[in-house]
Amino acid sequence: MAKITMREAISQALWEEMERDENVFILGEEVGVWGGSYAVTKGFYDHFGEKRVRDTPISEAAIIGAAIGAALTGLRPVAEMMTINFAFSAFDHIVNETAKLHYMFGGQFKVPLVIRAPGGGGRQLAATHSQTPDAIFAHFPGLKVVAPGTPEDAKGLLKAAIRTDDPVLYIENATIYQLRGEVPDGDYTIPIGKSKIYRPGKHATLVTYSKMVDFSNKAADQLAQDGIEVEIVDLRSLRPLDMGPVIESFKKTNRAVIVEEGWQSFGVGAEVAARIYEEAFDYADAPVKRVAQKEVPLPYNRNLEQMALPQVADIVKAVKEVL
Amino acid sequence: MAEIVSMPKLGFDMAEGTLVRWVVAEGETIAKSSVLAEIETDKATVEVESAYEGVVLRHLVKEGDIVPINTPIAVIGAAGEAVPADLQAGAPIETPKVMSEPVVKAAESKPAPTVEGTQAPHDVFVQPTEEEALMPEGVRVSPLARKIARERGIDLRRIKGSGPNGRIIKADIEAYREEAPTAEVKAAAAVFQPALEPAREDQIVPLSRLRAAIGRRMAEVKQQVPHFYVTHEYDMAALMTLRKQVNQYIPEAEKISVNDFIVKAAALTLRVFPNLNASFDGANHQVVRHGAINVGVAVGVENGLLTVVCRDADRKPLRQIAVELKAMAARAQDGKVRPDDIEGSTFSTSNLGMFDVEHFIAIINPPEAAILAVGSVKEVPVVVNGEVKAGLHMRATLSVDHRVSDGVEAAKYLQELAKFLEEPLRLLV
Repeated sequence: MAKITMREAISQALWEEMERDENVFILGEEVGVWGGSYAVTKGFYDHFGEKRVRDTPISEAAIIGAAIGAALTGLRPVAEMMTINFAFSAFDHIVNETAKLHYMFGGQFKVPLVIRAPGGGGRQLAATHSQTPDAIFAHFPGLKVVAPGTPEDAKGLLKAAIRTDDPVLYIENATIYQLRGEVPDGDYTIPIGKSKIYRPGKHATLVTYSKMVDFSNKAADQLAQDGIEVEIVDLRSLRPLDMGPVIESFKKTNRAVIVEEGWQSFGVGAEVAARIYEEAFDYADAPVKRVAQKEVPLPYNRNLEQMALPQVADIVKAVKEVL
Repeated sequence: MAEIVSMPKLGFDMAEGTLVRWVVAEGETIAKSSVLAEIETDKATVEVESAYEGVVLRHLVKEGDIVPINTPIAVIGAAGEAVPADLQAGAPIETPKVMSEPVVKAAESKPAPTVEGTQAPHDVFVQPTEEEALMPEGVRVSPLARKIARERGIDLRRIKGSGPNGRIIKADIEAYREEAPTAEVKAAAAVFQPALEPAREDQIVPLSRLRAAIGRRMAEVKQQVPHFYVTHEYDMAALMTLRKQVNQYIPEAEKISVNDFIVKAAALTLRVFPNLNASFDGANHQVVRHGAINVGVAVGVENGLLTVVCRDADRKPLRQIAVELKAMAARAQDGKVRPDDIEGSTFSTSNLGMFDVEHFIAIINPPEAAILAVGSVKEVPVVVNGEVKAGLHMRATLSVDHRVSDGVEAAKYLQELAKFLEEPLRLLV
């Protein structure tokens, strides 16, 4: 087991899949000569050449449109959105074409397309470049949405995303590229649509994903000093959403806090809470609580920005409120 | 933030109460869970406890007023806090209104049921569900706590909640122990009574929660489910012999009872008749045929009965059925029944054979489709080839929901059951 960063995990997955399958190729803004805005594809251009690592014009709609065409004709494109905020420019192609073509043509076509998109706030990039709009994309049937929170899952889920014949939106969080974690040696995949118990506990269940897994774990460390053992469930995939471990954990702890970086209204927490009430109502011993971003366009000011984003202390407070 | 105390609902049929006395006057402070007022219902005078602490800012009704349930009766808040404008004395209160006039007036003010045509009876004859009866208005309780209370037959009104806003949570239910029933009655029984004393006085025995729940449920089922009954007599000689033989090899604690054989036989027969291993789902115009065969066994407990459940009885060996049912019955009788013990049956049996009962019929355990009532195994004269011989017979009666099944199917079920009871080796292979 090697201990590597999220960035290295994503990079390794891409590199290994491109070595494995010559149909896999990358396209996006500055992914080639420059090596990617977050240096994920550094060295790829020199090794794989310009045919398989393609720099594109600054047009997200063109990137996704080209990727859809390539996928329909048998290639396995990995399209990079410089940030998920720019994916809005390609929204129609993503939710109306990518997610639906397989269905609308009666299964005659497959769209084995992966869209990588880093999101998240906290780097003073202001309101339009700091969003976590994961829930919006997870709303659309036909599009798988994954958002790993550990290097192991980042590598395994990206490999699974590239190998599946369904379109996958692979959401990264730009502030955890340096997060380190153990990664299994050799080739492996993590199944899409499987949640897992990230940390066992018995007093309350923290349901979370992506960057907030790390935050939840830090909160759990603090709570452990007070003798409170929380169980953390990492959703890993938002669609399909695997509620199995969540319900199993909730039936044990009878209390849940859902932590996400995006806004609370109509968010991941709303969906998970509703499912808990639908599937395990009789096991609730306290109302389910949500920790999420304050309902404002994210401020540029550093202090205000940090206040608006969910913090470890917010998670600790929420857990104490449900106990 | 001022909090409103409302007229509580103390029992599912309570519609209004008389405020007899204010215990805490306006301007006085009150602690959480201490008595704010006394109210009188049709049945008793009851103390109303405050769910909040603070100062009683305002009495919204006068002593002697008759007040519908859920109507605000007082405002509690911080000292000096203003009473919300809509609750100021004289300001009209949102429905339901406070009534200081006689009850008759209230009845008149409502539209007469007949005027509304077909809709009115609906409102009038609403059957309270068990949950509603157990959860009086104004009591906050977590879903988990409510579920546990329902399973254990605990009256939530007797429990003080320790959660936010006085919500009853699981820990409160677990900390609660039912008070020992009527020590007085026990003491009285011990007193020697001379033979010629006048007849003893009537005793009033309040219904226990379990007794009340059974009564309500059975009345509802017997009234609403069209039962029919089919009886069959079984030759039990082979089974009784087999039982004696197998029990020789089994330790005392695991010995197989006649009823264990019947549970297994009933379950195996249900495999052939999935329509009787079913629930009637009237709301959706459908019958749910259950995949698992979970046989309920009625167990007599103090003040009532519980149905313990042998899961997958068709797939378990007899010895396992015996051990499981014995353990569950013991827990039921000790009042330590677990939720799993009494949940999820798909078909039930009731056996009064040990009390020398020849034959009886049982009421269906809702929402199941059928229940088997089993009598004693008795030595009876039997005619075999024109000669009278001694035989061991037992009668069993299947009660069936006619919305789900018909007489022919019930009869065929009992006939198929004979294959297992009369050739009991089938139960071992």
